[in-house]
Amino acid sequence: MIIGNYESWGRYPKYSPFDVYYVYWRNEIPDLSKFTKKILPYAWGKSYGDSCLNDNGILIDTKGLNKFILFDEEKGLFRCEAGVTLATILDFAVPRGWFLSVTPGTKFISVAGAVANDVHGKNHHKSGTFGCHVTKFELMRSSGERLICSPEENSELFRATIGGLGLTGLIIWVELKLKPCPSAFFAMESEKFYNLDEFFEINDESEKNFDYTVSWVDCTASDGSLGRGIYNRGNHAHPDEYDLPELPKQKLKNFPLDAAFINQLTVSLFNILYFNKQFNKTEKKLIHYDPFFYPLDAILHWNKAYGKKGFLQYQFVVPFGNEKEAVKEILNEVSKSGKSSFLTVLKTFGDIKSPGMLSFPRPGVTMAIDFRMGGDRTLKFLERLDGIVCNADGVIYPAKDARMSAEDFQNFYPQWTEFEKYIDPAFSSSFWRRVTKRIHNE
Amino acid sequence: MKKIMIFGAASAIAQETAKLFARDGEHLFLVDMNISRLEAVRDDILARFKTKIDLYEANALDFDKHQELFEKAIQTLGGLDYVLIAHGTLPDQTKTQENPESIIREFNINCVSVISLASIAANYFEKQNQGCIAVISSVAGDRGRQSNYIYGAAKGGVTTFLQGLRNRVAHSGVSVVTIKPGMVDTPMTAHLPKSPLFAKPNDVGKGIYKAMLSGKDVAYLPGYWRLIMTIIKMIPEGIFKKMKL
Repeated sequence: MIIGNYESWGRYPKYSPFDVYYVYWRNEIPDLSKFTKKILPYAWGKSYGDSCLNDNGILIDTKGLNKFILFDEEKGLFRCEAGVTLATILDFAVPRGWFLSVTPGTKFISVAGAVANDVHGKNHHKSGTFGCHVTKFELMRSSGERLICSPEENSELFRATIGGLGLTGLIIWVELKLKPCPSAFFAMESEKFYNLDEFFEINDESEKNFDYTVSWVDCTASDGSLGRGIYNRGNHAHPDEYDLPELPKQKLKNFPLDAAFINQLTVSLFNILYFNKQFNKTEKKLIHYDPFFYPLDAILHWNKAYGKKGFLQYQFVVPFGNEKEAVKEILNEVSKSGKSSFLTVLKTFGDIKSPGMLSFPRPGVTMAIDFRMGGDRTLKFLERLDGIVCNADGVIYPAKDARMSAEDFQNFYPQWTEFEKYIDPAFSSSFWRRVTKRIHNE
Repeated sequence: MKKIMIFGAASAIAQETAKLFARDGEHLFLVDMNISRLEAVRDDILARFKTKIDLYEANALDFDKHQELFEKAIQTLGGLDYVLIAHGTLPDQTKTQENPESIIREFNINCVSVISLASIAANYFEKQNQGCIAVISSVAGDRGRQSNYIYGAAKGGVTTFLQGLRNRVAHSGVSVVTIKPGMVDTPMTAHLPKSPLFAKPNDVGKGIYKAMLSGKDVAYLPGYWRLIMTIIKMIPEGIFKKMKL
């Protein structure tokens, strides 16, 4: 009997594992070659699509690998087991003056998942991806070997595992370089932009002076207002410069219903209200890291607002040179279709290269758009967007994907054949079988 | 620096209590049956807090070694202030009831070994007129139910034993804390479907820590179990025996 919920964050597609195996102790990992079906690690299930799913296979639930291993307070070196969440690390590190060098938009993910998806955040233009700050990790292979991987040791497996979608073996622990932080607060500025060109102007200026930047885009707006939104930028707030408030107590709320609350009407209303809630062109405030990085984490299981059919997040990056046209074209398509999205996020990636072999971020503009899963029509619509991304030499993010074609994936990531050499023969995922399907059938 | 000994220190709940004592800078002597688990627990605590931790590998079923184990702890710690007995197993009721040998084994782990360890601790604390013994019993010990009465009876034995022990040593300034957790989401219950009644190990661990510091007699964790068990205990036996609990 499988206890618990092993869906992906987008709740599409609906796949069930054959069985789930729990691990609790890093020295008592089972023989990974004993399973008769392919295996895949699974922790907090925050990957949106099927990269964390293993239809009819075995999931190794790593939430029980939840221990710290060492912390060097002088150097900010931190080592912990695979299932420890970024939330746990922050709770511990921030009062001691350290912060995650890179964090994505949720803190409820495991550290090994952050490695396996080589996640990125608002400071990509300054700090690169999560994988850029991983100093080493231990990888257990189905051969029984336990390998320490770092830029110096087993460096090819190190590169393959960062962004390797959990396919290269079981990550047992991860060691990270943290960054010093002067407080738990951020000095944030929000600036309205009334169209896409204005976004690019503000962005050029902001990326020089701010460590963290991200924009929300009103994707219901069209024509002259196409691409309007709010540009958020910030830096760590230093107590010498700012009068810092008391630490807030975070109260997490559960999304109360499992019902399709998000529809065209609510989304349009939300977008209009959100854009207009800010009266001034620019607003400044001091804000705790929770609302600054993780506004959605305040409502646990917010994905339920899309109802049982789930939703898809479409995230792509297009390289500089083609970026303005491609983003405009996609926003036009979205706005025309009426398939508007609650939270559309726009950001530029910098040129810091990740060690990851299969990593998604690259210099250019990235955009993430949520779509309620409305069956074939939604899928067909996303295929149209794929065409625009392909024409602009862009790529789609595997961690968010549940539907890109095998052909597109192989064009986006031609290095996948090189990567495949490092996959552990006992490991696989629904995602991987899907995007490599055609080749295997040939 | 207080001196604290914890049995079953690798259990999810005990780890949480250990962390809180470590945060206070107390000296910990952790006992469990697997040294590599103990080392993982120690690394975890020491990565978080600066304190002193000693480890000892022992099996609770080696009754004849209990005395020696205490001597070792007292020698290493240079005394003893708190003892937490947290080891235990959750047997599969239907499988165990078919096999008297495994019933005896479950009683030895969950009741006999606990009573032995608590007695040694009480004898020591009584002499020094100070100390605290906390034992993880269970709400399952409050009333026998068909689905869980082997475990429940072993815990019930512990609870009754501790009542008497508390009565005996109260005059010497020694506190005996009976911890009665409800269902907790730990490796021990990984195979059970979860309901909203399941508590988190860190909440229960914190409850134990507080109960030990205050020397509380009986702590239901979380507290709502006191109400639930009061109601369950009130049901007349004639009706209770026909219920599927």
